[in-house]
Amino acid sequence: MKSRFELMLAGLLAAVGCKGPGEAAPGAATSAAPAAASAAAAPAAATPKASDTGPIKVGILHSLSGTMAISETSLKDVALMTIDQINAAGGVKGRKLEPVVVDPASNWPLFAEKARELLQKEGVAVTFGCWTSVSRKSVLPVFEELNGLLFYPVQYEGEESSYNVFYTGAAPNQQAIPAVEYLMSKEGGGAKKWVLLGTDYVYPRTTNKILRAFLKQKGVAESDIMEQYTPFGHSDYQTIVADVKKFAAGTHTAVVSTINGDSNVPFYKELANQGLKASDIPVVAFSVGEEELRGIDAKPLVGHLAAWNYFMSVKNPENDKFIADWKAYVKAKNLPDGDKRVTNDPMEATYVGIKMWAQAVEQAGTTDVDAVRQAVGGQTVKAPSGFTLTMDAKNHHLHKPVYIAEIKADGQFQVVWKTEGPIRAMPWSPFVPDSAKKVADWTYPWVCGNCTEGKFKGQTSTAAL
Amino acid sequence: MNLRSLLSLLVACVFALVSPSAHAQDLHQAAQDLGSSDKAKVQLAVENIAKSSDPAALALLEALGKDSLRIDAAGTPFVAGESNLLSPVFGGSAKPSGALTTPLVDNRLRRQLEPALASLKLGFPDAKVRLEAAKDLAKSRNDDLAGLIRTAAAKERDAEIKTALGLALAQIDLHGADKPLKLAAIAAISAAADASFKPDLERMTGRQGKATEADLDVKNAAASALGVIESRLMLISFIGNLFYGLSLGSVLLLCALGLAITFGLLRVINMAHGELLMIGAYSTYAVQKLFTVYFPAHQDLYLIFAVPVAFIVTAAIGMVLERSVIRFLYGRPLETLLATWGISLILIQTVRLIFGAQNVAVANPSYLAGGVEVLPGFVLTYSRLAVILFSSAVAGFVWFVLQRTPLGLHVRAVTQNRQMAAGMGIATRRVDVWTFGIGSGVAGLGGVALSQLGNVGPELGQQYIVDSFMVVVLGGVGKLAGTLAGAFGLGIMNKLLEPAAGAVLGKIVILGLIILFIQRRPQGIFALKGRAAEAM
Repeated sequence: MKSRFELMLAGLLAAVGCKGPGEAAPGAATSAAPAAASAAAAPAAATPKASDTGPIKVGILHSLSGTMAISETSLKDVALMTIDQINAAGGVKGRKLEPVVVDPASNWPLFAEKARELLQKEGVAVTFGCWTSVSRKSVLPVFEELNGLLFYPVQYEGEESSYNVFYTGAAPNQQAIPAVEYLMSKEGGGAKKWVLLGTDYVYPRTTNKILRAFLKQKGVAESDIMEQYTPFGHSDYQTIVADVKKFAAGTHTAVVSTINGDSNVPFYKELANQGLKASDIPVVAFSVGEEELRGIDAKPLVGHLAAWNYFMSVKNPENDKFIADWKAYVKAKNLPDGDKRVTNDPMEATYVGIKMWAQAVEQAGTTDVDAVRQAVGGQTVKAPSGFTLTMDAKNHHLHKPVYIAEIKADGQFQVVWKTEGPIRAMPWSPFVPDSAKKVADWTYPWVCGNCTEGKFKGQTSTAAL
Repeated sequence: MNLRSLLSLLVACVFALVSPSAHAQDLHQAAQDLGSSDKAKVQLAVENIAKSSDPAALALLEALGKDSLRIDAAGTPFVAGESNLLSPVFGGSAKPSGALTTPLVDNRLRRQLEPALASLKLGFPDAKVRLEAAKDLAKSRNDDLAGLIRTAAAKERDAEIKTALGLALAQIDLHGADKPLKLAAIAAISAAADASFKPDLERMTGRQGKATEADLDVKNAAASALGVIESRLMLISFIGNLFYGLSLGSVLLLCALGLAITFGLLRVINMAHGELLMIGAYSTYAVQKLFTVYFPAHQDLYLIFAVPVAFIVTAAIGMVLERSVIRFLYGRPLETLLATWGISLILIQTVRLIFGAQNVAVANPSYLAGGVEVLPGFVLTYSRLAVILFSSAVAGFVWFVLQRTPLGLHVRAVTQNRQMAAGMGIATRRVDVWTFGIGSGVAGLGGVALSQLGNVGPELGQQYIVDSFMVVVLGGVGKLAGTLAGAFGLGIMNKLLEPAAGAVLGKIVILGLIILFIQRRPQGIFALKGRAAEAM
């Protein structure tokens, strides 16, 4: 809706570069691997320079104003908290970390400009940032051109793997697919019919394409899947809920919602008012978390589900510490909303990403990007999600556990199902024929994020060395 | 009614129906198991409790379903009541010892609890409770309960409950082997025209794949029942779309009425109109907050008080705006547009600074939650009904002010011919201020309604400004009747198109149609007649 408003204004204020939220094309493949992609290159023993003794600059690239500020500000805060912690423990290789915070203001082209500023002007060793897929697509060419390093902390639609990016959020097989499998199971209600609801942009459409292919493979008939999209900010869900009700009559039905942020409230309210209970027609959402529930009355949502790799309510010592640290940090820095602040999945992913990078620098002995990249692969961190998470050296995605949880009246989640351990990400979905053929593997002899044939196919490993 | 006498009545009924298979000892054990973290154990415990004849069984399951059951370290169950007062389920004066655990209730357990509770409640003296129970039982097929439902149905005197129980039985009998029972089941389904049996009937008649029913009589009966259900579904979706259109139309009307006054009468393109809606919604939130703090017992009444508060707050803001900015810009639409756009940004940022960037929670009062099922499968939600009534009331108010008060007379006179009105001794500047105030106040009322339907956040207004302008332009500038026709026309068109074209395409089609319409009739549905119209 915002974009519509701005569209109207665009006629009048053509000179002002307003940008509405939107997403880049799906499956837009990452550009070819940088020339320096000789994955076997051993960490070069960097000759000590003057800059190697001062503080290490770390970029933080999150929107602190504009539409995305609501979600991204918490990621900036948690990143600063983690850096503070590392500094308090003596820094990395005896050097302090110095955060450089920039504000790309929810403006996608500005993301690219700010990324360039961070890499060229500030000379940061690594950047933590981005939320929407379109902002990531915007900075990707910059990081690849300048051989920078980006840690991306949000669940996304997959179909990407860059040599310069480490993905600490979930790929579809670490969130969407397990959630659907759960709803199919007897425990989840044994759904036979499926409603795929989403906001009309790329992330929902790509995810639903993958889910549709998956459901068909599981033997669900075309007529048993209903797919509907609504515009950004849609608030009148009467017809859709009535349609869902009609569609679901007499058969176990589940709703998979990729409805974006704000529209969720009128949607869940309408569900409750029309008398659809979570025990009859459960709705599983992929973009509803603790932070999103903070501003709303969660009572009509009780029993509906969300799938993430971390929930604030998960009980383990790491998480207890993470939450306590966060609460203390919020209090010490006097952040807005004080004790109402919560932790959520992308925050945990940011925290894990920073720790992983710091460990890799310790191990590599330098902040040199090529060396650190080699060291990040295979790095492990004991995460607040309760597991020891490993960074996959091949596809640059984090191995993550999957939790499915029901919403409680207080806006927190109660876990009802989880994987036994972390599972490996599959950035290229095996359920979509085009991407099933593709491989993301940055190790020899593949050395690419988007190809059907290895780059060094046929050569022996010794030859490459 | 006294709970104890109610429960003892229940025991008498349940005793007749269920053989007491669980002894008191088992019940205590089962209650203790409810607090277990082992899901299978909890499930088994619920099963055992449901079979029990002890009056505590119902209390246990009800508390479990409502999330108010607590189990202490010794395994004694308590029910948490008002202000967390704990009362022991098994009576006596036991005090909780050690840490309390709250049993975890998830959807799987809720699905198990529903029929269990329903079967226990079938013997309740209160007809409402029995009806609820019968409806719950009709929702899912549970062959074990066949005998129980049959006895209850035979004893039942209330026609509505009997029908519901009949459907619960039909659910079971339809899959049985007994032909007369099957035919009776189909007759019950046909009489109720319940859409939830559609897949079953389709399978029987072979509408989907091979017919599972061999008997020709049954098959024919099923086919005709299917016909009844389908025509009922058609009817429901038609009435439904009409109602949804009406309700969307009334939302649009509430948003546009204020604009119809400021834009239609004063010719001010007020880009900050959406923000006045937003401030109306925030006023509602503020009043709710006040009630939570000072009158928690009368929380539900906050909405009634929010209506005048929102009107006064937004009207005051509107009048200040008029006095300080807009009055200097009359007759300069482009400057007005830019200035009010700037004002809207200032208002958004101000609200952000006061209330934070996050959305705030405005809860529906309990009398607006839920809805009434007028036809099976068609629910009129109370909040939507209330909005329709409210918008009619507001439209009536605006009509009254414009047509029946001296102020309204002046407003109309100034609209038609400003110089002439001034010449007749009307203080046109003062009329402008009041008109703008009323327009803004009406926008505030719209905000109260919006707070009940969607999100309340600083950007709320931006979602509605385009729609509001569309309604006013379509209806014909300067005419109240035009705004009415525009709002309901757009709402109903939108909802009739949505099922066919989808929400996104539906909106696009509507926009296209409006462009075509405005091309043919630039003055909108209702045109102003006379010299004023020519002068514009």
